[in-house]
Amino acid sequence: MATTVEGRSTPDGTVASGSELVRTTPGMKRKRRQDSLWALAFLSPQLVGLLVFMLGPLIFAVILGFSSWDGFGSRTFVGFDNFIGVLQDQQLRQSWINTAWFTVLQLPGLMITGFLFAFLLQKAGQLKSVYRVFFFAPQVTSSIAVAAIWLWLLNPEISPLNTFLARIGLPTPDWLQDPATAIPAIAFVSVWQALGYMIVMYMAGIESVPKALYEAADIDGANEWQKMRKITIPLLSPTILFLSITSIIGSFQVFDYIFFFYETTAPSNARTIVYEIVNIAFREFRFGFASAIAIYLFIVLLIVTGLQLLAQKRWVYYTE
Amino acid sequence: MTTTRAELAIHAAEEVETKEYGKRTDEEGRGFRPSRIPLHILLIIFSILMFIPFMWMVFSAFKPLDEIFMRPPKMLPNNWTVEGFRTAWEGAPFASAYVNSFLVASLVTILTLLTCAMAAYAFARIRFPGSNVLFGIFLATMMVPFQLTIIPLYIILGQLQWIDTLLALIVPAGLFNAFGVFLMRQYVRGIPLELEEAAAIDGAGRIRTFTTIILPLLKTPMTALGIFVFLGQWNDFFRPLIFLNSEEKFTIPLVVNYFKGAYASDWTSLMAATTMAALPMLIVFIIAQKQIVEGIALSGSKT
Repeated sequence: MATTVEGRSTPDGTVASGSELVRTTPGMKRKRRQDSLWALAFLSPQLVGLLVFMLGPLIFAVILGFSSWDGFGSRTFVGFDNFIGVLQDQQLRQSWINTAWFTVLQLPGLMITGFLFAFLLQKAGQLKSVYRVFFFAPQVTSSIAVAAIWLWLLNPEISPLNTFLARIGLPTPDWLQDPATAIPAIAFVSVWQALGYMIVMYMAGIESVPKALYEAADIDGANEWQKMRKITIPLLSPTILFLSITSIIGSFQVFDYIFFFYETTAPSNARTIVYEIVNIAFREFRFGFASAIAIYLFIVLLIVTGLQLLAQKRWVYYTE
Repeated sequence: MTTTRAELAIHAAEEVETKEYGKRTDEEGRGFRPSRIPLHILLIIFSILMFIPFMWMVFSAFKPLDEIFMRPPKMLPNNWTVEGFRTAWEGAPFASAYVNSFLVASLVTILTLLTCAMAAYAFARIRFPGSNVLFGIFLATMMVPFQLTIIPLYIILGQLQWIDTLLALIVPAGLFNAFGVFLMRQYVRGIPLELEEAAAIDGAGRIRTFTTIILPLLKTPMTALGIFVFLGQWNDFFRPLIFLNSEEKFTIPLVVNYFKGAYASDWTSLMAATTMAALPMLIVFIIAQKQIVEGIALSGSKT
């Protein structure tokens, strides 16, 4: 699939020079005006969406961040109060730590196991699409169904998992209620669900590595580890970068599992930032304060992504 | 027929595409190799481990309630019963939820595909002032976390009287998808200009060109984006949770959440409800796994 894609749309530069060829005789103002109107017509649905459902709300969100409002009464301007309040809130501080802890556990787990399984599946020949079904199934399931299944599997009273752990002499914690295990357990569930996507993306990347490189390495007598280290991983680095950026963004927004596991009464050590935003906005109706948290979330995501893009020069390898 | 020339060209392009695709089927690793037996054993073990939670879900749904506290727990029920399914079906509005979920997912998908293809055509093929800036804005919005706009969106939808209606789920999602616009534009740019020129010689205008040349050639990205959007909408929990209140409007994930709240300790019925929620998509996935997996891989790899 991936190579078909590559073949069809050439990198930015070449196509741009191609579209220069579109007939635009200078002086044909009427044609230009007509073109602009056509563009507007074709763009209009998405343009309306952009203005009404994205840019409008975005500006409104920033205004809300500086306001105090419950959605009904009058909105009052409060300056930086919300932003300062967010920083001083003890529970929010804990929730930021929980969110970061979740990311620290989930991201490497996902990236490494995903790569390993993609690597193994790639060697499985024709059967790989059969195995893929099993690994990918959680990915097409709603996070709520996934959470419901794991609510059972993580409940100490009825969990077959805990029975198994007890039998081999390991501790059997109350996964979701014990403050020490809550976030790791949720991270585990999330890895289970998202693993299939990682595998599929890595496999697409591995498939697009030119076979000739491996053949050349074979001639030179390279072993599997050397081939992985010197060929596969460098050529996959753009995929790894893309996956790590999107995964971090996703893991900072974890919400569904936590809401389903705990409803509105999550213990302090299991709350994440988006859980707080939803609670504060839609249960306490403190729209301004919740918007301030969301703005912080946006800034954090921008910084994290920016750092990853800065760091890519050191390790990401682009063929062209 | 005036479009014959263009049509011929499309066929030619499609043929090239299928040929290329045929070539790409994996030559390496065909057939069975004894040296790979340990690899297969390992993969089979992990496949089963990955799938056990689903088997647990399905079999537990058929257990009577008193069997769940059995020590040690067993995968298969001793006495099979459909009582759990009856409780789930009667205790939560599943019938309407299937309809709602399907309506939302399919309408959003259709709207998204059409409007994204249109916008992509404008960005890729029509010159207009500010084109690059506008496209840049579309791209930049992909960085905005949804949680930042959800509060104002809630207020705007409230003004439109759309809160607690399916419109709140359909219209914003269907009318704005920056990723979809980006993905489609990449593909429109890859379509040879000669096809459109041939159509122009045949006297086709913008709309004809779009519907008879561009749209048919976007089958690959449209399938991929369609699968991506449909799945996302079918499984979405966040927006329905915030935008919907009344039970008869609930989508499938919301119904499972509702059922859990109402029948807190009825574990087997909760698994029956979960099975009812997860099974349709799992079946579709097993039937169309190739298309779904490739569609999702393609959506990701273009970014």
